[in-house]
Amino acid sequence: MTAPIIQMRDVSKKYDAGRPALDHLDLEVEAGEALAVLGPSGSGKSTLLNLVAGLDRPSEGGVTVAGLRIDGLSEAASARYRRDRIGMVFQFFNLLDDLTVADNVALPARLAGTPRDEAHERAARLLERLGLQPHHARTHPGRLSGGQRQRVAVARALINRPALLLADEPTGALDTASAAEVTGLLTELNADGQTLVLVTHDVALANACATRTIELVDGAIHRDVRGRTAAAR
Amino acid sequence: MSALGGVVRGGVGRRRVQTLVMTLTVMMAVTASVLAAGLVVASRAPFAHAFARQDGAHLTARFDGSKATAAQLAATARVPGVTAAAGPDPVVSLRPTVESDGFDGRGVPPGMRLPPLTIVGRDRSGGGVDRPDLIEGAWASGRGQIVVSADGPPFAIGDRLSFPGLPGRPTLTVVGRARSVSRTADAWVPPEQAAALHVPGAPRAYQMRYRLASSGTDAEVTRARAAIAAALPRGALDGATSHLTTRLAAERTAATFVPFIVAFGVLGLAMSVLVIGVVVSGAVSAATRRIGILKSLGLTPAQVVRAYVGQALLPAAAGTVLGVVLANLLAVPVMSQAEDAYGVGALTVAPWISAAVAAVALAVVAVTALVPALRAGRLRTVDAIAVGRADRASGRGRGPRRLLGGLPLPRPVSLGLADPFTRPARSATMVASVVLGTAGVTFCVGLAVSLHTLQDGLDRRSPGEVVIQAVGPPDTAPAPPGPRAPRIADPAAVAAKVAAQPGTRGYFRTGRAKVGVAGRAGTVTAHAYEGDSSWGPFAMISGRWFRATGEAVVPTGFLKATGTRVGDAVTLTYEGRSSSVRIVGEALDLSDEGMTVLTPAASLAGLRVEIPPESARFHVALALGTDVDAYLRSLNAALGPLGVRGQADTGGTSTTIIAMDALAGMLTVMLVAVAGLGVLNTVVLDTRERTRDLGVFRALGMTPWQVTAMVLTSAAGIGLAAGAAGVPLGLALHARVLPVMGESAGTGLPAEVMDPYDPPLLAVLLLGGLVIATAGALLPATWAARIRTASALRTE
Repeated sequence: MTAPIIQMRDVSKKYDAGRPALDHLDLEVEAGEALAVLGPSGSGKSTLLNLVAGLDRPSEGGVTVAGLRIDGLSEAASARYRRDRIGMVFQFFNLLDDLTVADNVALPARLAGTPRDEAHERAARLLERLGLQPHHARTHPGRLSGGQRQRVAVARALINRPALLLADEPTGALDTASAAEVTGLLTELNADGQTLVLVTHDVALANACATRTIELVDGAIHRDVRGRTAAAR
Repeated sequence: MSALGGVVRGGVGRRRVQTLVMTLTVMMAVTASVLAAGLVVASRAPFAHAFARQDGAHLTARFDGSKATAAQLAATARVPGVTAAAGPDPVVSLRPTVESDGFDGRGVPPGMRLPPLTIVGRDRSGGGVDRPDLIEGAWASGRGQIVVSADGPPFAIGDRLSFPGLPGRPTLTVVGRARSVSRTADAWVPPEQAAALHVPGAPRAYQMRYRLASSGTDAEVTRARAAIAAALPRGALDGATSHLTTRLAAERTAATFVPFIVAFGVLGLAMSVLVIGVVVSGAVSAATRRIGILKSLGLTPAQVVRAYVGQALLPAAAGTVLGVVLANLLAVPVMSQAEDAYGVGALTVAPWISAAVAAVALAVVAVTALVPALRAGRLRTVDAIAVGRADRASGRGRGPRRLLGGLPLPRPVSLGLADPFTRPARSATMVASVVLGTAGVTFCVGLAVSLHTLQDGLDRRSPGEVVIQAVGPPDTAPAPPGPRAPRIADPAAVAAKVAAQPGTRGYFRTGRAKVGVAGRAGTVTAHAYEGDSSWGPFAMISGRWFRATGEAVVPTGFLKATGTRVGDAVTLTYEGRSSSVRIVGEALDLSDEGMTVLTPAASLAGLRVEIPPESARFHVALALGTDVDAYLRSLNAALGPLGVRGQADTGGTSTTIIAMDALAGMLTVMLVAVAGLGVLNTVVLDTRERTRDLGVFRALGMTPWQVTAMVLTSAAGIGLAAGAAGVPLGLALHARVLPVMGESAGTGLPAEVMDPYDPPLLAVLLLGGLVIATAGALLPATWAARIRTASALRTE
């Protein structure tokens, strides 16, 4: 039996003297799973994602991702962790407007020291695989539709072949058609074995993509359901 | 506090870095401007005040009494253009000898024969033109009394001056010391005493002092002089001195400071405009959403404009106050030299200058801030509020980014290098800021090297490691009561001892005498050289050092005063005899206002000029490896019986040069600091505006070091390019300012002073821009590296 790709043990996160954003949370995610994290605003979804991404540190407890204990990493080590082991997709894409699509996608690989040509080859293959045309690679993100931009963001997240793909409201800024497009893409990626953690309000997305769904309420897991369409239950 | 006041206070408080940058920038510009303007005015003030108080003479003329009668001279008061005249007063030129009861090493040694003094017979009022200030003692009121000029030899009250060349060897007692700003005489006696000082058989001479209706230019004074000469028999006018010449000499020290301080003032002002423009523009663009909110709450466009101009004026006012205070403090050491010269008490920067510069500085800030403030006022509320929610694609800088992305550089470096192209206007001001900073450093370093080279050049007036003066202290052996005279050694005996001394590589002797120059009134100092002086020439501005009898080297002052050039011949005169020398070189020498002639002693043989033995100095060069102290011990043992001693010649250091060095250094530090702060401000604005992008970079795995490298590179590229542009600007500034400073000091400058930049120095200076930019970007780069990724990603 392989070790879980995410292990959160007794994790709490407090921002101030008030109620904790996460309260003694335990969570394990297996490789290949597509976990959807649902919950109302302020339930702790984003905090959970930030802790897994190494963007923030827990006040208590430990977080291990892909065999690496990340809650005590230095800033530089956190950056290397994100670069090498995870990919992130954001609600508002967070593409760099001054870079071409290809440069955006290749950026994490270049930061990791991959030679430019190799990084761009990988980017081109990814973009093609995600349904973007070669001419899109040379354009800038501002010229693309919302769905296309999110595909670019996904390609960028995958460029370093991460063990884990984190997505924060990936369809939150998209129209219905684009949202469906991105949902299909994420489902497809998970079907190919990519471990996925989705933070979303979008039940349809969770239903379509997730193999497991947890619902957070006041920083604790209120519900944990396995299987597709679990969110609907 | 009004709502608007609250907005202004809030804006200033929130942007502490920008506030600090603006305060320091304005402070620097105001400091340099107040100093420059203050010095320009103050350098003229002491002379102008003293001249007005004394009813100074615009023209002082000396006449040959054998060619014009006193009545004819008095009638020149009615020549057109003359508004007042005094005289004719008898004038004589005599060489006195001091006879006093003791010599304590200060003042004029007893027994020493002095150069001729111009002695005028007149009362203190001087007929209403030129009333000298009495510095000490009383005015001469009876026979046997004399008042000496405080600008002449350092006589003391009570000194007795005897005149061996006159029948009966009359003796006069110094009863007072006075200062005539017009420099009309070296000493004054009562008119009846002047008659007793007349050399029997010599033609009588008279002095007239004139005030003129127009005397602002050389041409106007020359016209008046010509009109006076034309009203008298031909040849009656022996010579005349313009107040402009006297003023130029008097204002020289302060005036030499003015050119480079003006240069710094201009640089500082240009930089202030740039930095303030960037700061206020940045404040507007960074606060666009805030402006939208303020407008939505009811702030009118005019109030927005006032708020943003106010945000600039508040720190500018603080900078102005600091700048005025600093400039007034810095002016103290510079102006103290002028105070000494005139005895006018403490000089300060005129208050109106501080007020005027402050007003101009604040006006410049207000106008500079007005442009971006008007932009803020015109912003549409709905657009302003929407900022941060819309896409940020500007489209600028994509070409360079793509180009640089293709280079085999680490990605953070290529990203950083491309950054300036996304905000070309802001980057351009950063370039300008670094260009000015680098130009300032280049100029100042060049100035410092030039000043040191100049000092070395001036030190070459006294070459060699050892110098021996022919005058020694008075004999300390028991002697009968009475004056003790200093001992004057026989030059030939000293020369023999020096020549015999092991370790002597070469030596020569100089002596000084006052001689005339045909066609010019007054005297010049002839330096007569004996021996081979080829190893110790003066620093040369043009031409070469003399090699043969009949050749002479002169300073710029001589060339200007006599209207001659290198290659011309001049006739030197002495007591009716004349001798011609050819000018073969222009030397760097500021002594005696540059009115000196350096020539082999043999050139003066025809003049039969009497060179006072006490003026003799031996300059000795030592063989390589000779220990100076050991040489001096041995030499002084040999010289002991002659009563003189050799000393190590360590050269001198001009206090003016030290003051200039310190002032230029401080202004440069301020300029560089402002340039660095300008960079810091720009990079802070950039990083703040790009916070979300930085968050994305960090989320994608950019390490803190890579962020630091990216931000530093964004400034370093500009620094390198701006440095390359700033160095030529600094060189041009140096080439423009140095000759003006030389002109103010009354001298040309040797080539090595004019061009102090050698290739290694230039290479270092070229990196100056890089250093300024990198240093300025270091803090914001550190802040950017420490940014919290999760927060940055949420930034609007």
